Amino acid sequence: MEKIYLAILLAPLFASIVAGLFGKWVGRAGAHTVTILGVAVSFALSVYVFNHHVLQGQPAFDGAVYTWLETDGLTLEIGFLVDQLTVLMMLVVTFVSLMVHVYTIGYMHDDDGYQRFFSYISLFTFSMLLLVMSNNFLQLFVGWELVGLVSYLLIGFWYKRPTAIFANMKAFLVNRVGDFGFILGIAGVYYFTDSLRYSDAFAAAPAIADVYFHLFSTNTTENALTIICVGLFIGAMGKSAQVPLHVWLPDSMEGPTPISALIHAATMVTAGIFMVARMSPMFEYSETTLTFILVIGATTALFMGFLGLVNNDIKRVVAYSTLSQLGYMTVALGASAYAAGVFHLMTHAFFKALLFLAAGSVIIAMHHEQDMRRMGGLRKYLPITYWTCLIGALALIGFPGFSGFFSKDGLIEAVAESTIPGAGYALFAVMAGVFVTALYTFRMVFMTFHGKERMDEHTREHLHESPWVVTLPLVLLAIPSIFIGWFTIGPVLFGDYFRDVIFVLPQHDVLAKLGEQWHGPAAFVLHGVQAPVFWLAAAGVATAWFLYLKRPDIPDAIQARTRGLNRLLENKYYFDWFNENYLAAGARAFGRIFWKGGDRMLIDGALVDGSARVVGWLAGVIRHVQSGYLYHYAFAMIIGLAALLAYLLVRT
Amino acid sequence: MNTTPVAGAADFALVAPEIFLLCAACAILLIDLWLPQRLRQVTYLLSLVALVVSAVLVAGLPGERMTAFGGTWISDPVAKLLKLVTCGTVAAVFLYSRDYLLARGLFRGEYFVLGLFATLGIFVMVSSGSLLTMYMGIELLALSQYALVAFDRDSPVAAESAMKYFVLGAIASGALLYGISIIYGVTGTFDLDELAAGLDGSAATNVGLLFGLAFLMAGIAFKFGAVPFHMWVPDVYHGAPTSVTLFLGAAPKLAYFALALRVLAEGLGSAVQAWQDMLIVLAVLSLVVGNLVAVAQTNLKRMLAYSTISNVGFILLGILAGTPDGYRAALFYVVTYVIMAVGSFAMIVALSRRGFEADRIDDFRGLAQKSPWFAWMMLFLMVSTAGVPPFVGFFAKLYVLQAIVDVGFVWLAGVAVLFSVVGAFYYLRIVKVMFFDEPAPGLAVSASGSFRFLLSVNALAVLALGLFSGALLDAINRALP
Amino acid sequence: MLAEYLPILIFLGVGTGLGLVLIALGFLLGPRRPDAEKLSPYECGFEAFEDSRMKFDVRYYLVAILFILFDLEIAFLFPWAVSLDEIGTFGLVSMLVFLAILVVGFIYEWKKGALEWD
Repeated sequence: MEKIYLAILLAPLFASIVAGLFGKWVGRAGAHTVTILGVAVSFALSVYVFNHHVLQGQPAFDGAVYTWLETDGLTLEIGFLVDQLTVLMMLVVTFVSLMVHVYTIGYMHDDDGYQRFFSYISLFTFSMLLLVMSNNFLQLFVGWELVGLVSYLLIGFWYKRPTAIFANMKAFLVNRVGDFGFILGIAGVYYFTDSLRYSDAFAAAPAIADVYFHLFSTNTTENALTIICVGLFIGAMGKSAQVPLHVWLPDSMEGPTPISALIHAATMVTAGIFMVARMSPMFEYSETTLTFILVIGATTALFMGFLGLVNNDIKRVVAYSTLSQLGYMTVALGASAYAAGVFHLMTHAFFKALLFLAAGSVIIAMHHEQDMRRMGGLRKYLPITYWTCLIGALALIGFPGFSGFFSKDGLIEAVAESTIPGAGYALFAVMAGVFVTALYTFRMVFMTFHGKERMDEHTREHLHESPWVVTLPLVLLAIPSIFIGWFTIGPVLFGDYFRDVIFVLPQHDVLAKLGEQWHGPAAFVLHGVQAPVFWLAAAGVATAWFLYLKRPDIPDAIQARTRGLNRLLENKYYFDWFNENYLAAGARAFGRIFWKGGDRMLIDGALVDGSARVVGWLAGVIRHVQSGYLYHYAFAMIIGLAALLAYLLVRT
Repeated sequence: MNTTPVAGAADFALVAPEIFLLCAACAILLIDLWLPQRLRQVTYLLSLVALVVSAVLVAGLPGERMTAFGGTWISDPVAKLLKLVTCGTVAAVFLYSRDYLLARGLFRGEYFVLGLFATLGIFVMVSSGSLLTMYMGIELLALSQYALVAFDRDSPVAAESAMKYFVLGAIASGALLYGISIIYGVTGTFDLDELAAGLDGSAATNVGLLFGLAFLMAGIAFKFGAVPFHMWVPDVYHGAPTSVTLFLGAAPKLAYFALALRVLAEGLGSAVQAWQDMLIVLAVLSLVVGNLVAVAQTNLKRMLAYSTISNVGFILLGILAGTPDGYRAALFYVVTYVIMAVGSFAMIVALSRRGFEADRIDDFRGLAQKSPWFAWMMLFLMVSTAGVPPFVGFFAKLYVLQAIVDVGFVWLAGVAVLFSVVGAFYYLRIVKVMFFDEPAPGLAVSASGSFRFLLSVNALAVLALGLFSGALLDAINRALP
Repeated sequence: MLAEYLPILIFLGVGTGLGLVLIALGFLLGPRRPDAEKLSPYECGFEAFEDSRMKFDVRYYLVAILFILFDLEIAFLFPWAVSLDEIGTFGLVSMLVFLAILVVGFIYEWKKGALEWD
């Protein structure tokens, strides 16, 4: 099996190297053939591994395949932990990646960086697999940073656009903040367990939960496990774009749309969710951290949804919806319903990738126009895109029967059961979020596909459905968006799919409580139709219909009345403004002080140049000893010998 | 008293590689005499075959420690490892040298025969179980090297450096021999095992023994090129033809490591207190002088010579730890250093052409534009020698530092790190010159395919060994358990 | 320990003393009747009293080195010959190997023309 795991991991890497380094040589067709083959191999083998571990019930694999370095008790190794959670992630990653690879053939058709793009997305697939398959923190961190790097490269893929460069820089910097917490958390794990392996850390978690130490001052004591878990979660906040580290995600839409689908919706941003679920045996013992997670997640879920209401850029609306959905997943984690979070992660991966790719399809048709105010009535021009997009939208708002319904409804009910401090606020936020989600989602659908045709004449003449490489992934993604929830909710949420993988303390186990009322998916749907959640969603859709189809004049009127609120939303709660004017500017000011005072004067002037001058001078002096005369050399040897002898005399 | 020497088939089985190498070298010498110049390639190929067969014979030796000829000969895993690396290194040197020698009319059989005899000398040193055997190996290696340095008979620089090397080498040999005789006088034995068994904790205060040790140490330091016995190194490295410098800079280091290991660690292990202090002085001086003076060099061969001196400082650090960890670290260091040194000197060979030695740092200006691949290879080698992770040079330094910190010499580790930083400056200067300076007129790598291939493998090995240092580490742990 | 070196010390003393005594005897007892022939330089055909940094024919060195080589070989053969009955076949074969290696060198120098003066 180890060979198969390695093959899954290395196939995309190999494809990436071929497409990246030998891109000119293999040509465009060669680049996409080899990368698609690489990912297809990974996907096929992932299915095989799924069959092996899940369907045939073989035990999980946890072991090192290569020890890189062993020094003083610190062991750095490459290893795999393959269990039900990993297999699930592997399937999602490779499947969505495969779809995006195919779709890219159409989307990037005319781009100069064709091979480079394929190389990057294959490299991303490799990095993401490295991250999810890891059995130790080091490899997790390497994968974590690699996906961050590829994300950076892809956001700035069109590196000649200043906005793209700004966006990728922003994504990189904001993620650094998160990674700082993350690496502190990892350092904490190593400090307390002397090991970087998950299994050791998990085994030691209950013990660490009882360790208190002084961190900030001698008057206060901090719980060691809480410090570690908060550190790790800060990492997750960066990667999974939780408030206040969410600011990079909307800007990341500067990258090509396939990337938005693959990285910034389906997979990479869920790395934080995955990581917390993976570390459930640690997070469980720190209720403080769980509360922290709940509050952060709930805030993200609701307030980022509001921003989706005022945006007119089709991709940004989807991006804010991603933020909001990530908030939902985080809330689930905070409520100890890890399985619900991962379940929503999976369904979300399908329907959000679908929505992004559909948006991409619209953008292709509109000749790279992204403003929804210049769209409308596209339904008759782009039938396949329309229907698949509608499926995605219904899944997103949690329409009963669609995959999103199962995961979101399960998630909300789990939060309702939770007794962790902060759960009340979280419940309110996610309930309100349902209405908001429905409202902005259908605002987008209606503005894009229905109503008056607001584009110019030229664009309208050229409107036609996208090529098959674009629509095929849409259809293939639409299928799981509808059905996957129905089939998987039983085992994943209430069954024993995650037994032994995700650990939940009995007093936190909200899913078990829900499970007592579980009577199969049909009953769940029936129950869902009667629940307030469904009516909130329906009200959202109705409101969207009324405001954007029936009476399009009302939104403007509302905007005119609530100028202050509107400004707050349009400025995204002033996060960017604050970051740029205070954090970034402050950091720059500090930097300038240290640069001028510390770097230029002290380090460059005194230490670097100074020591370099001293070294140069010394070198100049000593080299004269090397006179070239034989007798000088012999003399030096004799002196040396005499010194050794003299030393003996002194010593004895 | 039984005067009949005891030697049976078992003894000869353990020296089979050496016997073969000796016969092969003699045979090649004679064959070469009757070959016309146009068939000189035959000598070259036969020499390579001789090395390969020796390596195969070495590989067939038993894996555990055995002695032969009444304890004067040791066959153990570390000897096996060192001999294999030696064969590989010398073969690489021959391959690298061919084009260089051809272009200068130096493609003569003596180069290869002397190389083989030097290899034999290394083999003998590596396996010697007595001070006399050791001395024999040292002289065989040294004489071959003197002749190699003077190989380009028409070059006055080469002749001068050979002369210096010879005279200073003679002084060092004298000191070494004198030290050996005093130690024999004090202990009554040449045999390293008997020496180790006969000495106890009081050895470190035995004046007679220490007197001999000081002379011995001077000899060892000269061979290594440790300060203040280093003066020959820059002149000889600079003066010798580059293909000879390639030889001098690499394989003999393995033998000198064996010399230190056998004599100091195995033979005089109980006097560790005494030689540890001496080595500290030598190591620190080597690190300081080697790195500082290297900064001021404009000639790459001289710079690499001083770099050798500083690296010797590191090897001595590993040895002076006096622990198995330290010896392992030093072995790791010397093996990786040899790989890096061969590659670095080979780069000079790669760039040089008839009438143009390419041994000034300026000759590397803008190499990245002319031959990007080789600029990258040189980058790998330089960066690794500077000790940047993840290249193998970093791990070599790391293990040595770890070994000396473990025995409490934190200040020594501090000195080593400080001067490694100074060292990083001149290695990275090469990188800067290659990548950021305007190209020097008309230079590009003009080497044959096999040369390019080998050099690429050599440089990439530096990276690969760093990424997968576990394999080499395992081999070394097995060699020095 | 050092006491064992006493005989050597005595030997050195006796050797030095004897040498001095002999020189002194020659100086005291020998008749001295110098003439031009006796005072003329005779060392290797070179003037004895002029700048010592003069050019020698390099072939002198070659011959000298070869002489030393084979001279040493003889020095090695004497003790071997004396103890041959004790060291037996092993000793015989060892010496044959040694001589064989020497012969290889001899063939080499012969073929290279080192033995020809012109």
